[in-house]
Amino acid sequence: MFTTNDVLETINMVEREHLDIRTVTMGISLLPCIRATAKETAAEVYDTVCKKAENIVKVTQELSTEYGIPIVNKRVSITPASIICAPFASEAAKIGKALDDAAKTVGVDFLGGYSALVHKGMADYERTFISTIPEVLASTERLCSSVNVGSSKSGINMDAVSLMGKIVKETAQKTEKTGGGGCAKLVVFCNAVEDNPFMAGAFHGVGESGTVINVGVSGPGVVQHAIEAIPTANLSDLAEMIKRTAFKITRAGQLIAREAAKRLNAEFGIVDLSLAPTPARGDSVAQILEEMGLESVGTHGTTACLAMLNDAVKKGGVMASSRVGGLSGAFIPVSEDIGMIEAVEKGSLCIDKLEAMTAVCSVGLDMIAVPGDTPAETVSAIIADEAAIGMINNKTTAVRVIPAPGKVVGDSVDFGGLLGRAPIMPVHKQSAAKFIARGGLIPAPIHSNKN
Amino acid sequence: MRAVVTVVGKDKTGIIAKVSGFLAERGVNILDISQTILDEYFAMIMLVDVNASAEGLSRLSEECAALGKEIGMSIHVQHEEIFNAMHSV
Repeated sequence: MFTTNDVLETINMVEREHLDIRTVTMGISLLPCIRATAKETAAEVYDTVCKKAENIVKVTQELSTEYGIPIVNKRVSITPASIICAPFASEAAKIGKALDDAAKTVGVDFLGGYSALVHKGMADYERTFISTIPEVLASTERLCSSVNVGSSKSGINMDAVSLMGKIVKETAQKTEKTGGGGCAKLVVFCNAVEDNPFMAGAFHGVGESGTVINVGVSGPGVVQHAIEAIPTANLSDLAEMIKRTAFKITRAGQLIAREAAKRLNAEFGIVDLSLAPTPARGDSVAQILEEMGLESVGTHGTTACLAMLNDAVKKGGVMASSRVGGLSGAFIPVSEDIGMIEAVEKGSLCIDKLEAMTAVCSVGLDMIAVPGDTPAETVSAIIADEAAIGMINNKTTAVRVIPAPGKVVGDSVDFGGLLGRAPIMPVHKQSAAKFIARGGLIPAPIHSNKN
Repeated sequence: MRAVVTVVGKDKTGIIAKVSGFLAERGVNILDISQTILDEYFAMIMLVDVNASAEGLSRLSEECAALGKEIGMSIHVQHEEIFNAMHSV
């Protein structure tokens, strides 16, 4: 039985420390929707999403009031669209539009899965599908896209990496009005996970069942507050405290996930415990690292602090839930975290340090704005570096960079809402074009041969 | 269904009377109650039986929040399970 302190602690977490369920994401398999033509498939896709996710907004609102925990986002993820569109890849945009319309009808804020998995090779239909991404992201509102270009098991598909550099650039140009905002909806992965509830990288893997509820829990503020309470504790005690806090947060997520699945006639998928920051002060992963004892995030010691944080969060999460999945760890998106934004502005955080940080946390280079004149080959090289970190370390890495059109270092670009504001970060000027032009496959590492 | 009602705010006369009266009018039975004053702040936690559907709990929660505004206190009504889940292994 809980005590008075337990009750007050929970209420405090919600009211003062921004504890929330960041997202309830319904994964829907669209494989049964494939028809002979794009038109028929689009109609079927629209109907399926509208029918299955019909009540997601209503149910999450009910859960939020009953349990007293805010549920910030309601989302849908679908089978990678390149598979659905394989017979008519050049008309994939029609499916994209149907998905965007369905997202608006059911009232979810994002729908993820305009995606392709090309980590080993790229079929013609996949290449055609990927070429539709910039136009589709420019002409839709809520659709998110991702492309998996590498895995620990298969290596890195450098042809896809090369192509994605161009696609990112083209997406930025096509969404120039919003500062290249289309790129905020496009993620390039290595080791993409099939049950990730977080956007923009969510898709519903083909190994998943028909309809699944995955929940993403957040709570950087809660962790920061827990650390504040023990200012002189050594790092073992600090890790223990973070673990306990992560446990509590995950339990809240698991409860909501199970209940949401029951009410929405779906299976309970996973709980993803990720410390996902928002631009609000007190809801920042950077501030947690600074609370640990860094003057500013990005300085020496940052990677060690983040490694400890990420691991402690995972341990607490795994203990708390029977099914932990997704990315589960700490997110370090620059534009979505006030502490990161400030660190970039005062010059303590650079892209190279962020890259090192991605080796020990759950994602990758996320929501980073770079100068608009950054060559496509440089974007590809950034993607290749991240994919290499993911491939060798058996972890998911991702790149979500925005080459903001017309912007230079010193400017910043505002995407609004949860996507926040990104100061333009400098990239290396020396070219990697010759390396990227080689193409081919970077072979999988020796330690992937476990069979 | 059991829920937890939490009332927090600056101490003054008649808080318990107002809240318990409000709950009684809605057929909500109080099973357990604890109240304390922390640094001039009133904190009361009640375990109640809500003889109603899930929808009823949502409505009660909204009504109590409104009452809280009226009497200058913060009132939450939450399903008991959230506390069990978060605070016990």
